[in-house]
Amino acid sequence: MPKEPKVGIIGYGSYIPRYRIKLEEIAKVWGADAVAYKRGLMLYEKSVPAPDQDVITMSVEAARRAIVRAGINPIDIGAVYVGSESHPYAVKPTGTTVAEAIGATPAIHCADMEFACKAGSEGMFVSYGLVKAGLIKYGLGIGADTSQGAPGDALEYSASAGAAAFLFGAKNVLATVDYTTSFMTDTPDFWRRENAHYPSHGGRFTGDPAYFRTSLGCAKMLFEASGMKPQDFRFCVFHQPNGKFPCRVAEMCGFTKKQYETGLLTPWLGNTYSGASPMGLTAILDVAKPGDKIFMVSYGSGAGSDGFVYTVTDAIKGKAKLAPQTHPQLHENKFYLDYGTYAKFRGKIRTAG
Amino acid sequence: MSGITARYWREMPQRYRGEAGKSLSTGKVFFPPRLVEPGNGNRRFKPVKLEYTGELLTFTIIRVAPSGFEKQSPYAIGIIELKGGGRITTQITDIPVENVKIGMKVRVEFRKINDDGHEGIHLYGYKVVPE
Repeated sequence: MPKEPKVGIIGYGSYIPRYRIKLEEIAKVWGADAVAYKRGLMLYEKSVPAPDQDVITMSVEAARRAIVRAGINPIDIGAVYVGSESHPYAVKPTGTTVAEAIGATPAIHCADMEFACKAGSEGMFVSYGLVKAGLIKYGLGIGADTSQGAPGDALEYSASAGAAAFLFGAKNVLATVDYTTSFMTDTPDFWRRENAHYPSHGGRFTGDPAYFRTSLGCAKMLFEASGMKPQDFRFCVFHQPNGKFPCRVAEMCGFTKKQYETGLLTPWLGNTYSGASPMGLTAILDVAKPGDKIFMVSYGSGAGSDGFVYTVTDAIKGKAKLAPQTHPQLHENKFYLDYGTYAKFRGKIRTAG
Repeated sequence: MSGITARYWREMPQRYRGEAGKSLSTGKVFFPPRLVEPGNGNRRFKPVKLEYTGELLTFTIIRVAPSGFEKQSPYAIGIIELKGGGRITTQITDIPVENVKIGMKVRVEFRKINDDGHEGIHLYGYKVVPE
């Protein structure tokens, strides 16, 4: 029997808006203790989308970067799945605009994913599955969000913007997908009802019974499925709603700071929701070497996690420099906003007309 | 809503993907594509995609914005000479207007241009950002 081709990531791209707001600037307006927030949540600043940016525009840019790294003709992409909880339309797909803008229409399957912060890894999972089944040549999975936190709510300190795109294929794979697992239960820790402008959450309930139980449950399944131990991996990345949770969950799994620090973006980026762990993965792929193993567990409220084990191949060589890399985007060319401009950008001010 | 949907849809190849026409007679790139080349009457063009990097040739600053763009003012609009040929007129974004300079290197990004009122479609297209 011929050997089954190894399916995995053939190209990746990330996009981070240039605007930032510092945690102190938000805390000042609401009379909150910035020092306590910084220490408690390990958050320093967050990205803010410009008024002319949304999930569609960031997804297009991230996807274009993934296509450049993969070096493929976009017309051969057979599926696009954009995962987000801030799709610009209630009714009308995000994916069709993305597919049109990258030149992948009309022979393409398209659906928008929604599962709180897990929607991005869902798109990756389905794209990978369709390529592996031989139904499509290439699949594009994107995680992107421009999430909102209600003014003054704890979420306002973290809800940020960014996108990560991954092309899956069976040739010139730069990181093979070796194992996948998913862990899912009905856990109402965070939600947004129809027509509600801002999401609601269960406060401390979002921690132990939700984020930690689900992420750890998925991680345990992934260790069992792969027969691997934490020390077998060079990198790990978890969902990162703040700076503290992903460090704690990684250490509970037996990983060290050296393994999780590359993919930890939240302290300076904020929580990009569906983009969070996927963007962490792009930062890892920017520096990964052939043979490196990567452990990834996403998390979405409601609640569930998708787990992936990747092995980086020789095809990674030279890929990072073909498009903007994640850490430079995060730390260079930033513009800081005051709270008033931030409120205007995010549509938090009611205007006439 | 203004009923702009059909026109917007027709212009997607240009607004989304920068599809231009290259003259088979003189090699000049025309964007948007033309049916007849000015000056020589040539009607033979090859479809090409614009290169998404270039240089700012000239610009102006809009301080009293037209309807739908009020929240973005002040903003700069400029003419950009693209690396592979062709020129586009578009907004220069992600930069304070006082920093915009003739000759600066820019790159095309996909951005939201406007909304068709509160209930109409979102209108997307190209803008440039500093390289």
